[in-house]
Amino acid sequence: MKVLRAYRKPESLTDVKFRYCPGCGHGIIARLVAEVVDELGIRERTVGVAPVGCAVFVEEYFNFDMVGAAHGRVCPVATGLKRVLPDHVILGYQGDGGLAAIGLAEVVHAAARGERVTVIYVNNAVYGMTRGQMAPTTLLGQRTTTTPSGRNPRRDGFPLKVCELLAGLEGTAYMARGTVTSPRNVRTLKRYIERAIRTQMEDRGFSLVEVLSPCPSNWHMKPLEAIAWVEERMVPFYGLGEVKT
Amino acid sequence: MGERTLMKGNEVLGEAAVRAGCRFYFGYPITPQNELTAYMAKRMDEVGGVFLQSESELAAINMIYGASAAGARAMTSSSGPGISLMQEGISYLAGAELPCVIVNVMRGGPGLGNIAPSQGDYFQATRGGGHGDYRTIVLAPYRVQEMADLTTLAFYLADKYRTPVVVLVDAVLGQMMEPVEFKEPDLPPLPPKDWAVGYMMGRPKRLVTSLYLAPGALERHNLHLKEKYERIEREEVRWEGVCLEDAEVVLVAYGTSARVCLGAVMRGRSEGRRIGLLRPITLWPFPWKVLRKVAEKVKAILVVEMSLGQLMEDVRLAVEGRCPVRLLGRPGGGVPTVREVSEKVEEMSDEGVESL
Ligand SMILES: Cc1ncc(C[n+]2csc(CCOP(=O)(O)OP(=O)(O)O)c2C)c(N)n1
Ligand code: SF4
Repeated sequence: MKVLRAYRKPESLTDVKFRYCPGCGHGIIARLVAEVVDELGIRERTVGVAPVGCAVFVEEYFNFDMVGAAHGRVCPVATGLKRVLPDHVILGYQGDGGLAAIGLAEVVHAAARGERVTVIYVNNAVYGMTRGQMAPTTLLGQRTTTTPSGRNPRRDGFPLKVCELLAGLEGTAYMARGTVTSPRNVRTLKRYIERAIRTQMEDRGFSLVEVLSPCPSNWHMKPLEAIAWVEERMVPFYGLGEVKT
Repeated sequence: MGERTLMKGNEVLGEAAVRAGCRFYFGYPITPQNELTAYMAKRMDEVGGVFLQSESELAAINMIYGASAAGARAMTSSSGPGISLMQEGISYLAGAELPCVIVNVMRGGPGLGNIAPSQGDYFQATRGGGHGDYRTIVLAPYRVQEMADLTTLAFYLADKYRTPVVVLVDAVLGQMMEPVEFKEPDLPPLPPKDWAVGYMMGRPKRLVTSLYLAPGALERHNLHLKEKYERIEREEVRWEGVCLEDAEVVLVAYGTSARVCLGAVMRGRSEGRRIGLLRPITLWPFPWKVLRKVAEKVKAILVVEMSLGQLMEDVRLAVEGRCPVRLLGRPGGGVPTVREVSEKVEEMSDEGVESL
């Protein structure tokens, strides 16, 4: 008899329970990463690098070797790991504050070096862990605790499109932007994550997957409203799809 | 090798690191340590190691963090402003108990200062330097041979105690050419790195982190680190004494200042002055005990440093008022001379012991 298991915890996740807020995108993304690592059969030769931000806990969630980096320093830590373990898959995980603000120089240079690492980059248009300040990715007009009257380009500048910024660099081999707002989008995102990791395994260069991800808590929305906000506000501005293959 | 060659201090640091098994160097250019970076670039190619010129010192120290987490012997080097940029990373390394060697070829500060020799980073090196409750071992060689020996030791101590080790020199030593012999170290074996990431091969996952969020967890971790630091203070204090037995005035100095002081002791002794030198080799752990003993016997202590009373603070803490402590400090690129030191000693003697 064939036993149908619709939902099974990937081996690449530990038993530690996720502590993300209800409706947060981080949980889906972490699960997808774990599924891909399982399916590629690379769990025992994968090392993950956890960021500082809401995703700091991936260091407990992923069931492969993990290293906790300083805020914004995922890319240099991943670089150090990859240079010592060239036959391993090095997976960085970062928020938009960590990657696009304090760690922007680091990601640009890791990308320019063509560092053989993969970065999962979670763009939720705010600083999550520190309670909703403006991020480099905050949309124009968006209210945050540090842009109470909305992001004003004259005062606060314009949001950063990281995939497009990095795609022009010769060292980058794979850049894609996905989201978690529907089952279909989740499946597409999973394919992007798999391609990014394969890019690393094929020794082709730096790879990054950006994920437009809801942060209901700091957007002060219900989970469904937050998903609609990603669809209606973030997707039109950032766009979805593979930016570089 | 077992034979003596003439080499520049900065290059000796690099050669000793390679011989200690360091195969990963990450660094960013800054004077006065550029010879070391260049040497590592060349040597890592020859020995099949990795040399990577990072985009900043922030990146360099975090590359070290990654390489060390994977179990490799890794080193970076810098000076003044670059070492300041590394402090956050050094704090993370200490928190995650990762070994590594950081060379600081000190230059003048604060700010951009200048590129002349200095010892102005004493506080930064010996007080941890970054945020949080931690220490780093600080080794302070005073000649090129010792730069080789202490670099070898630095990698060993880093692995033994799972802690960052700072090799603290100044621009004079970095540029100096002296004969050196790279000796085969005779050190006890180290435990396996059963905490390093990579090659799971059936074992449970490993986690390298400095995050301790559970209630009480960080306090326990801090106390564990304290216990380790106390062990280092018991077992790793290193110093050298010159003519201490009958000395009335004892000089305390490290690095280039200690070279000058050695000259002053020789000159003083030839003139019949009872002068000696105590040279801390480990700046942390500091040789408190021996200094305390010395302070009980002597009439006065003169601290000679290329900074303004940083070393003197530790000397005073050790002496605890047992004898007068005076300072000869030359900051900002000034290097004390044998004559200055001798005159200061004479002046102190002339003042009379009572008023010292
Ligand atoms: C050097 C440093 N500066 C600031 C902080 C405080 N901090 C922690 S997380 C964070 C921002 C997190 O935002 P993001 O990277 O977007 O991740 P998210 O929480 O949204 O997933 C900041 C500023 C820090 N830990 N270290
Ligand atoms: S604050 Fe936002 S990003 Fe952080 S866990 Fe909650 S919903 Fe997710």
